[in-house]
Amino acid sequence: MNLQRLWTRGAIYLVLLAFCAFYLMPFYVMIITSLKPYVDVNVTRMWELPTSIYLGGIVDAWTRVSPNFWNSVQITVPAALISSFIGSMNGYVFAKWRFKGADTLFILFLVGMFLPYQGILIPLVLTLQKIGLYGTMTGLIMVHCIFGIPITALLFRGYYASIPNELIDAAKIDGCGFFGIYRWILLPISMPAFAVVLLWQFTSIWNDFLIGLVVLSTPVKAPINVAVQNIAGSWSVEWNVQMAAALIAAAPTVIVYLLLGKLFMRGLLAGALKG
Amino acid sequence: MATSKLSPARATTSAHPRRRPWWRSDMLLALLVITPSIIAVAIFIYGFIAWTTYISTVKWNSQIPDYTFVGLKNWIRLFGDNRFHIDLRNLVYYATGFMSQCIIFGFLIAVLLDQKIKGEAIFRTIVIFPFAVSGIVTGVAWRWLMQPSTGINLLFAKIGLENFQPTWNSTPDYGMWAVTIAASWQFTGYIMALYLAGLRGIPGELREAAAIDGAGTWATYRYVIIPLLMPVTFTAIVLTGMNSIRVFDLVSAMSGSGPAFATDTLAFFMFQSTFGAYRYSLGAAIGTFMILLSGFLVVPYLKSMQRETER
Repeated sequence: MNLQRLWTRGAIYLVLLAFCAFYLMPFYVMIITSLKPYVDVNVTRMWELPTSIYLGGIVDAWTRVSPNFWNSVQITVPAALISSFIGSMNGYVFAKWRFKGADTLFILFLVGMFLPYQGILIPLVLTLQKIGLYGTMTGLIMVHCIFGIPITALLFRGYYASIPNELIDAAKIDGCGFFGIYRWILLPISMPAFAVVLLWQFTSIWNDFLIGLVVLSTPVKAPINVAVQNIAGSWSVEWNVQMAAALIAAAPTVIVYLLLGKLFMRGLLAGALKG
Repeated sequence: MATSKLSPARATTSAHPRRRPWWRSDMLLALLVITPSIIAVAIFIYGFIAWTTYISTVKWNSQIPDYTFVGLKNWIRLFGDNRFHIDLRNLVYYATGFMSQCIIFGFLIAVLLDQKIKGEAIFRTIVIFPFAVSGIVTGVAWRWLMQPSTGINLLFAKIGLENFQPTWNSTPDYGMWAVTIAASWQFTGYIMALYLAGLRGIPGELREAAAIDGAGTWATYRYVIIPLLMPVTFTAIVLTGMNSIRVFDLVSAMSGSGPAFATDTLAFFMFQSTFGAYRYSLGAAIGTFMILLSGFLVVPYLKSMQRETER
């Protein structure tokens, strides 16, 4: 019995370790390839560690994509902040000011979370051209904020719904109005929700490719993932530079994930499960 | 009857401590605050879907806008297009491969992690890790791993499989299966997290009861745990299914359309028709088709969500 238990436990750990090896494999290959000079990026020695650390590939990649990296920072940070704020107001209304038809409206909002953007791209481009925001960062930030309305409302609504109504009623009796309740009761305890939503929006806007490609495709203005794709798409760029560029594009979200993994998990679960 | 007598009194004490005219009421403020978002969603989501559908019925297939109504002409052209047929086949391949890998491995890893594992947090972090990177990064990494002359094939050769050297995503006809490996590498962690949360939500008494009834581990999972996790499986199917319909960035970075459109997708076809070939009406038809297709997943999902919010 005990021996059998030992065997099962051992097998479980072995399987888990195998899975981990699989999930880490691409990162391993990206890192070692980006640290090799091109002459060593050899098809027969792909899996071997670099003999010495060579930073030329990373420097080359950084000079190619750093403008786009900063573009992405300038797009992602304001877009994540603004959409989190909008989401918190909407979530507050949906959770605590249940006007007639609020639930139906909320469901109608959520539809926007799931749709393939291909069904709205053409009017999006036409509209942005008409209002003069096509090909601008402001336009892209605006689009990310609008497409973020459903998910941010969902996350904040879930959080605010867990706050007892008695607290709101007590504040009303004390003379707080709509904004007073938000400012003095909800906002001070909203920080965990803001952290989750900011993280979620930061990750998905940073990792966006399609909307950036359509709205802001000029190479100098494009966000990082569009730039990485341009590098990867041209056969003249060496593998080590490609891998380094991919690592640069992945770095911010990976670092944030490693630092705030718990919040990330909470966002994953809240975004998929209940309203 | 009794409730209708009670409710006005309750309303005056709690909701309206001080009487205010309706135009200064807090409810009106709440509506004003949410109105911009309602307008934005109404225009940018519902209005744009209607607009796309409209464009799919006009003659705009060049750089110059042409709003001559042509009925279903673009749709008929689309349904007769060979590339469209290949894309539908690829969608079936991709959805089958991607969904089954994500759900099977996601569930399996969640079950293993639920066995009071030492270092669970580390395992969990590693499995979800790929979800933090973009589809482009995933595609770039896997394109390198799936180079026929190196990458994974090199590992195969090292363990004595010199004759097993697949061409992965550049295989005509079946390249899509290879793409699903990369896609599920990225997405399985998400599904695993959902299942793990689901497993943690199952009360221990249920498992104990099953054990008392003489159910072994296998039977407990088969007859108790898996049925209880059906809502999670449903969510997983919707999320992976939506992802299958719209996959674009990963394929762009890995192989593009591939040989003989082996890894072409509807999203890719739509993008190239519209922004490459300026066939706006054809692109709009593909986009509308994708929206309709996703409706089959979204509508039941939102219905189940609605039931949950009403509870």
